Amino acid sequence: MEGNNKVYWKGLEELSNDIHFVKNAEREFPEGTPLPGTEAAANADIMPASRRDFLKVMGFGMAAVTLAACEAPVKKAIPYLNKPEEIEASIANYYASTYVDTDGDYNSVLVKTREGRPIKIEPNPLSGVTPAGTSARAQASLLSLYDLERLKGPFNGKEKKATDWKSVDAAIGQQLQQVASSGKAIRIVSSTIISPSTKAAIKEFIAKYPTAQHVTYDANSSAGILNANQTSFGKAVLPFYNFDKAEVIVGIGNADFLGTSPGSTTYSALYAKTRKLGKDKKKMSRHYQFESTLSSTGANADYRTPIKSSQEGLVAANLYNKIAKKLGAAPVSAPALDVKGLDDAANELASAKSAGVVVAGSNDPNVQTIVNAINNLLGSYNTIIDLNAPLTLKAGDDTAMANFAKELSQGQVGAVFFYNANPVYDYPTGKQFGEDLKKASLKVSFSDRMDETTSLCDYVCPDHNFLEAWNDAEPRTGYFSLGQPTINPIFQTRAAQQSLLAWAGNTVEYDKFIQSYWRTNLFSLQSKYSSFKEFWIHVLHDGVFEPKNAPVAAVSFAGDVNAAAAAVGKAGNNGIELVLYQKIGIGNGAMANNPWLQELPDPISRACWDNYLTVSHKMASELGLTQSEEDGNDLVTVEIPGKPAITLPALIQPGQAEGTVGLALGYGREKAGKAANNVGVNAYPFASVSALGVGYVVNGVKVTKAGEKRKIAQVQTHHTIMARPIVQEAKLSEYQKKANAGRFMPKVATSEGKKKATDISLWHGHKYQNHSWGMVIDLNSCTGCGSCVVACTVENNVPVVGRQEVINRREMHWLRIDRYYSSDAPKDDVKALEEASANPEVVFQPMLCQHCNNAPCETVCPVLATTHSSEGLNQMTYNRCFGTRYCANNCPYKVRRFNWFNYTNDERFSDVNYMSQTDLGKMVLNPDVTVRTRGVMEKCSMCVQRIQEGKLNAKKERRRPVDGEIAMACESACSTGAILFGDMNDPESRISKLIAEETEGRMFQVLEEINTRPQVSYLTKIRNKA
Amino acid sequence: MSHVTSSVRPPLVTGGKTYGDVTEDICRQVEGKPTTLWNIAFLISLIVLGIGGYGLYRVFWFGIGEWGLNKTVGWAWDITNFVWWVGIGHAGTLISAILLLFRQKWRTSINRAAEAMTIFAVLCAGSYILMHMGRTWLAYWALPLPNTFGPLWVNFNSPLVWDVFAISTYLTVSLVFWYIGLIPDLGTIRDRAKNKVSKVVYGILSFGWDGAAKTWQHYENVSLVLAGLSTPLVLSVHTIVSFDFATSVIPGWHTTIFPPYFVAGAIFSGFAMVLTLMLITREVFGLKDYITIGHIESMNKIIMLTGSIVGVAYITEFVIAWYSGVQYERYAFINRMMGPYWWAYWSMMSCNVISPQLFWIKKIRTSVVATFILSIVVNIGMWFERFVIIVTSLHRDYLPSSWAMFAPTKVDVLDYLYTFGFFFTCFFLFAKFLPVINIAEVKAILKSSSEHVEEHKTVTSAQPGFQARPAFNKDVE
Repeated sequence: MEGNNKVYWKGLEELSNDIHFVKNAEREFPEGTPLPGTEAAANADIMPASRRDFLKVMGFGMAAVTLAACEAPVKKAIPYLNKPEEIEASIANYYASTYVDTDGDYNSVLVKTREGRPIKIEPNPLSGVTPAGTSARAQASLLSLYDLERLKGPFNGKEKKATDWKSVDAAIGQQLQQVASSGKAIRIVSSTIISPSTKAAIKEFIAKYPTAQHVTYDANSSAGILNANQTSFGKAVLPFYNFDKAEVIVGIGNADFLGTSPGSTTYSALYAKTRKLGKDKKKMSRHYQFESTLSSTGANADYRTPIKSSQEGLVAANLYNKIAKKLGAAPVSAPALDVKGLDDAANELASAKSAGVVVAGSNDPNVQTIVNAINNLLGSYNTIIDLNAPLTLKAGDDTAMANFAKELSQGQVGAVFFYNANPVYDYPTGKQFGEDLKKASLKVSFSDRMDETTSLCDYVCPDHNFLEAWNDAEPRTGYFSLGQPTINPIFQTRAAQQSLLAWAGNTVEYDKFIQSYWRTNLFSLQSKYSSFKEFWIHVLHDGVFEPKNAPVAAVSFAGDVNAAAAAVGKAGNNGIELVLYQKIGIGNGAMANNPWLQELPDPISRACWDNYLTVSHKMASELGLTQSEEDGNDLVTVEIPGKPAITLPALIQPGQAEGTVGLALGYGREKAGKAANNVGVNAYPFASVSALGVGYVVNGVKVTKAGEKRKIAQVQTHHTIMARPIVQEAKLSEYQKKANAGRFMPKVATSEGKKKATDISLWHGHKYQNHSWGMVIDLNSCTGCGSCVVACTVENNVPVVGRQEVINRREMHWLRIDRYYSSDAPKDDVKALEEASANPEVVFQPMLCQHCNNAPCETVCPVLATTHSSEGLNQMTYNRCFGTRYCANNCPYKVRRFNWFNYTNDERFSDVNYMSQTDLGKMVLNPDVTVRTRGVMEKCSMCVQRIQEGKLNAKKERRRPVDGEIAMACESACSTGAILFGDMNDPESRISKLIAEETEGRMFQVLEEINTRPQVSYLTKIRNKA
Repeated sequence: MSHVTSSVRPPLVTGGKTYGDVTEDICRQVEGKPTTLWNIAFLISLIVLGIGGYGLYRVFWFGIGEWGLNKTVGWAWDITNFVWWVGIGHAGTLISAILLLFRQKWRTSINRAAEAMTIFAVLCAGSYILMHMGRTWLAYWALPLPNTFGPLWVNFNSPLVWDVFAISTYLTVSLVFWYIGLIPDLGTIRDRAKNKVSKVVYGILSFGWDGAAKTWQHYENVSLVLAGLSTPLVLSVHTIVSFDFATSVIPGWHTTIFPPYFVAGAIFSGFAMVLTLMLITREVFGLKDYITIGHIESMNKIIMLTGSIVGVAYITEFVIAWYSGVQYERYAFINRMMGPYWWAYWSMMSCNVISPQLFWIKKIRTSVVATFILSIVVNIGMWFERFVIIVTSLHRDYLPSSWAMFAPTKVDVLDYLYTFGFFFTCFFLFAKFLPVINIAEVKAILKSSSEHVEEHKTVTSAQPGFQARPAFNKDVE
């Protein structure tokens, strides 16, 4: 081996030992790529960074980026350095205030605030007008305060830019002077104003500018009633009805006093008093309804007859004649018309005399005059109907508005101010109105958003939200209430009254203005308080001031019933009639951008996020219209003489009168906000304007099938009860004989004979040592209005999911009001039972977690996320839930709701669920209730946070909670008292007494036979039928 | 000649295979390069897995709302597919354990692939368990783990917890059983391996198998113990899966017949799936001598039997619903037949009850093509069975106000595709890198039950006393 020391060189360079070669040969695999600036880099003539360095840099970079991405967003929680005296963190404050909207809805309310932000609206029990319950809109109005679409301050529409109050005042003041000196008209256009101070402020403004006038109109006008009462009694008022004194109630036309009519919160409560039954009260009122579209009120009637809207006058006239014949008065000449139930209604009214009342919803003064005549004949003006303390909730004057529209088109108007009015959207000739608006040199709007009218204005001077503002109201003559700010104005807004006063040259603060108005006009109506300050403080605390008025002399009827009858006798009856109605949530559409209201299902159709043409079953089959959950509803084209045709989905509505179709107002907003824009179609243009006022019934409509289909977001798609004893009901006569009439009392056969299903159990049952919370729901009192649904949503931070997700059957409501139609089919024909009757009986059933003692959900949860409390509640532990959904599947009542998406973060829900996605929206959330994330199940907790609060309050005072101290959100929102919550372990509680009275009577539990033993019970529905 | 198999029985292995042939035939595709067909099939599986993966992403990122579920129908395709896959995963253990107890020697050719299929199917089922959860990242809460959340424990009343135990036990035992069975064959491959990587990998996988008599003895003991453990599992898993429904209060679910009915259905679908896969495998890998028409016929008979059991169960349910006198119960079944999902019900009936009856005809049950078609039809039928039970019971339960329809979304379909992609990816990897037929066990029956060529016959008949006992034959007592 020794000789083997040959050297092989790789090339001539190696052999020659070239200097460059030697240098490079050592670095055949260059370690190379040092970082720039290092010694190695200085020496290297190739890449300036080593692989190792590269990895180091990359690693550092990645780590830095990752860490930066991990950083949680900074949320600022600023403590009170100087704590306001009245605010305790986590303790709610309540302020009495007043809710009024542009649609005749009034509620005296208590506003619950937490840490200075309003989070809930409760009824004000001191009110004489709305002592119990609130409307759905009042509940939902809270969200309008935090609406993202609100204007942040004054806006110059000419220059399309935000401005400040000083320059707005200067510009408007100057232009007003010009208009005034040119002699052109100045008009303040508003919906009905029930605030005496606002009216006074407007008066001051008008005093300053002599050419100014105040034009009042209502999107949904009641001018016909006002006019009829003007001619009949010399008083242009909406009568107040004491329904609690009524034994026979007859509603004609769209008399939706339990739903959308002004005063419905009050009327529902009074009506429900006549429907309550018990051991000592076995009588109830009888209610007839003659109407075309099925309304909430019609659904609650004992007898309902579908009639064409054009027949309302004839029905009234014939009713008059039949009663007149009985009571020996002179009949009027009107074509005889015989509809089902009219004879019975007439007979019963005639025998009930002053305990009977007829209510009509028509905006035709002739119909209203005949109805006044009937009530006069019956003598109900001294008992049920109160003209001396009437409602002031609708004062719109259709003639004045029509005149104004004419003035505007003729260019006589120089300046126009819109206060709570949006005529471009909601006046029948709104489009033309918008065009004519250009002829006025100064257009000012007080609207809180860039709505259809406001966007055409020169200046927008946004008004406060009612929760930020001082105001007062007189919803019923002699019944005053105050509104006070519950939060500092969020934006640079200013009270509209303040603006008007400023332009009138009065610099007084509006709240001082209200005080001075009250000092001069109202202080003297009482004698309890000697100083105004004392009076004011008490009124502000109570929210209401209701001096007892001196009785006013009885009224005498002076209407010309013969002329009215002659006029209605001529009413045309050609072709299909389009009836424009309102939905309980959206109303006239002013609050359309409120997702809580959009998602509130219509009590009857159970549809939300849309309007649609309601057609009868017969018309649907004639036109070949179908509807199904999978394919949607057929679109139809509606052609109205002289109006552009519209295409919209048709909904087959049992109870719809033959020859009529219905369409809801309040939809089709274009500039209300992201949630409301382009939801449904605008029906206002189809209303007619005539000498009689605005007409909501259109004759000679052509309906054709359009060929396509579209889904309507309905929370319930199966409408009959399938002959199941889920809602148990009886007729009054049966109930009078037997208290448990209509009850389904299942028995199970055992070796020891037949036993009640609840007597056999695998389980030992729960022992409740302390409390046993329970609920009883009276199906006879529930009118289906839905305010409990909204109240529950507000209280419990229930997410809104929007149209598509409702179509996907995923609405999140913890509490729903099931609506069932009756069917004519035999009990065992399950196919035919799916079809509702043409004119069905309707029943509403509020359905929520039944808090079962043998809860099917509890046994199946793998992780014990839903468990039973020691006080009878079925509890949901959101943190523990990982979302198998087994509990929801196994719930026989299907009340559990799953968070399919992250509603609080998913940008697909930003438009509809902004209340948990934006800083402004989040202010509405109830801090006592967890906001749920995706993948978690939720359901009614029986407002456990309220129970807890009540218990703690009692504990602090070393006592037990008093019955009624703890109220559920749904319960307190209910104006009819249909929901009763309490401690079933407390023998003195109302619920214990009711259960003791009704256990063998009307009380039942849904699906008793599967032995779930709910803590929630129902009382049977009793119909006052023969 | 054999005390194990009657000579009148048709042979289980045809083609006159010698021990060498068996090893050669089965190891060929493990050792050779992947065939074009395999490459294509594998690629398709990966693509399906990838496309399905997008569906998985949608569900995990956005939530379960990506599926078509709603407030009324809280389970639909997710649990349908879960039960379907678990059902398919039944054949493996049944073949390995129960057929072993019944001394069914024909199982040796198919048990390996069937067990592999079981494991992959159970993994697919498991992925649905995870997928269907609202908050998958907390899935471990279903296990009774000591924790710092306070005294939080699982709910032993919940059938879902039973499910967790049943499925995880089944998966563990199946996996161990399958792997133990693989060890001698892995040893064979290791010994034959020429390339270094194979040597190392199969060397590690074979756990140092040395083929010594003592090793065989240990191996056989472990196999017997595992077979004993698996046997009750075959019955328990689907019994417990059926409890998910049977212990509820929903009409159509609340039924005592479910455990036997579900087990029969699972075996039914499992065998169908085994057939589908084996028919392809024997074709692609040229294993017709090992998986013979006789095997196919035997399996078809089991399908016919279990299909009939399932059919009887369907009818029984109806009779009992009527007999119960319970309005809701009656409606649930009328609705199945005549409600909006009638097509699902009648698909189930025709696929599961009528189609297996065709196997009464010998020509059909011995036809490869007919068997292949029917095996797929059966699995379609069994999918519909689960869909019918889950969706048609839920969509119209007690309160008509909540009645709703379910319609699958694209993501529902994608997630189902994902499980197919996963299953076939695993199966093709298995088919390529592991012996699809149990070499050791087939060798064990080769002498007693195979078609011999002349010379072998002469040798063995001439010297019966010298016949060597098979190296491993657990069928011999």
